[in-house]
Amino acid sequence: MKKKIKIKINGKSNIIEDKTYLSVLLRDLKVPLRKVAIELNRKIVDKKKLNKIFLKTNDKLEIVHFIGGG
Amino acid sequence: MTQDKLVISKKKFKSRLIVGTGKYRNMSECAKAIKISGAEIVTVAVRRVNITDKKKPLLMDFIDPKKITYLPNTAGCFNSQEALRTLRLAREIGGWKLVKLEVLGDKKNLFPEMIETLNSTEILTKEGFEVMVYCNDDPLMAKRLENAGAAAIMPLAAPIGSGLGILNKVNIEIIRKQTKLPVIIDAGLGQASDATIAMELGCDGVLVNTAIAKAKKPFVMAEAFKNAVIAGRQSYLSGRIEKKLMGNPSSPKKGII
Repeated sequence: MKKKIKIKINGKSNIIEDKTYLSVLLRDLKVPLRKVAIELNRKIVDKKKLNKIFLKTNDKLEIVHFIGGG
Repeated sequence: MTQDKLVISKKKFKSRLIVGTGKYRNMSECAKAIKISGAEIVTVAVRRVNITDKKKPLLMDFIDPKKITYLPNTAGCFNSQEALRTLRLAREIGGWKLVKLEVLGDKKNLFPEMIETLNSTEILTKEGFEVMVYCNDDPLMAKRLENAGAAAIMPLAAPIGSGLGILNKVNIEIIRKQTKLPVIIDAGLGQASDATIAMELGCDGVLVNTAIAKAKKPFVMAEAFKNAVIAGRQSYLSGRIEKKLMGNPSSPKKGII
């Protein structure tokens, strides 16, 4: 069995498999990539490089999009 | 009037009314109000995606960013760091360079924190953003924003969401006269006539959210604001008569029986 790690996605704790690629996680979460921006540990992630980045324990992931606002 | 366009950072817009997309009952109501208002630019906020409820509708499904210009806004940011982070993320979503900077200083009156706003304007401009800046109605600070590279000056009429209308017409007129940048009244309008007054003062446009979204009949109010902005602009361009203390009859005196 693969090792599990704890990461934070949009401020909430999540348990995922160790060395999950960011592209795989976002696909599993059904995130519409063209409509979001992604930040990993406060750094913006180039959406072209999602399949080159894997997640480590205590990583903090932020996925944002546009909503109604003034 | 067909040639009279709102120009922001070399982009041309027919409508001088910018509307916010917040506070509507739902997204379809918001989309319909925008359509009726004729607005070509809408402000949007950057927030976390709800990853647990994937069925939640997305703003982009209702308002097509290819047809309507999205103006990412830093509403809710209380310091420069938060505002910069928000706009860098907004640019990442789809290459948005034209943004609205709003750094608030007080949670109750929602007045802008101008020192942080000025610093953020400088940084964002250097990073290649075209920054429309929400600010107070202070001509000196407006000048400093212009010198820092702002793309548009957006002075408040009154506190955000207050509906009080333009509180300091003189300052707005001074800001308009001293700058070549577009001046867009942002925040505090309550009714359509407030927009007309803004346009008659020479402003290049107005930004309205609460006054439309929270009106009892938002669609009717959206149309009222559309017409009010057009009326105000026409009135400004047509050259009003001088104000006189005494009466001046409209009918000739000659030939009175």
